[in-house]
Amino acid sequence: MKLKALFIAATLVLGGILLSGLDAVHPFGVPGDVAMDEYFLDHAMEERSSENVVTSIVFDYRGFDTLGESAVLFTALCSVVMLFRKGRK
Amino acid sequence: MRKPLSLVARTVCDLFAWFLIIFGVYVIIHGDVTPGGGFQGGAIVGSFMALLLVAHGGDRVLEWVKASIYWIMLFVGLMMFIGFGLRGIPEGAFFYNFLAVPHDVAKTMAHGLIPFSGTIGVMDIAVGIEVAGGLTVIILSMFRGIVLHDFADSRKETGHDG
Repeated sequence: MKLKALFIAATLVLGGILLSGLDAVHPFGVPGDVAMDEYFLDHAMEERSSENVVTSIVFDYRGFDTLGESAVLFTALCSVVMLFRKGRK
Repeated sequence: MRKPLSLVARTVCDLFAWFLIIFGVYVIIHGDVTPGGGFQGGAIVGSFMALLLVAHGGDRVLEWVKASIYWIMLFVGLMMFIGFGLRGIPEGAFFYNFLAVPHDVAKTMAHGLIPFSGTIGVMDIAVGIEVAGGLTVIILSMFRGIVLHDFADSRKETGHDG
């Protein structure tokens, strides 16, 4: 019981130290470097002539991310089919 | 869920299921100019099979539908997507947009048949085909699993009496 209280106190102290350090890394709620989103909004139309900036980010600037999303969909599909397949008795 | 719904519900389903497909295809192929895209339109097209299963019951739909068509759609979409990504490697980088038309050319409509946003429009269609096939396969196999589960339960209960 004493050990448990010690563990809780240590967790609180260590967590407080780490959380206060997190505030020094980046202040909470303050926007960071806005160069990237300003670049997308300014150049997406003339570079890729796609009116939908979201689509031009999803399929062009971050196409590799979309490839990962397709892999996630495929993995989910494989697991569903594997779970519900007709098993041999 | 396996019995068909009433005549009114089935008629409304028969009328509106095709407009659902049309709307989904519209969202897919206009993904680069309107809100939406491949994933969203593919989900709309995939809900077609859920509507059919609810309205007509599993017994009638499952003997009519072929799941292999949707597997083929899944793989064709995935291969198109990866293939157009790999095609960009000789031009510069993986997923490089080698088909994109500059905006001043696109405004004069001098670029011909290809989508003016280049591979964005093509990949929209590819991902739409993939997501539509994949979600339909998920719905069908989950429905088959539920039916199988019902059968297994009833058989187990009758078997335990003896």
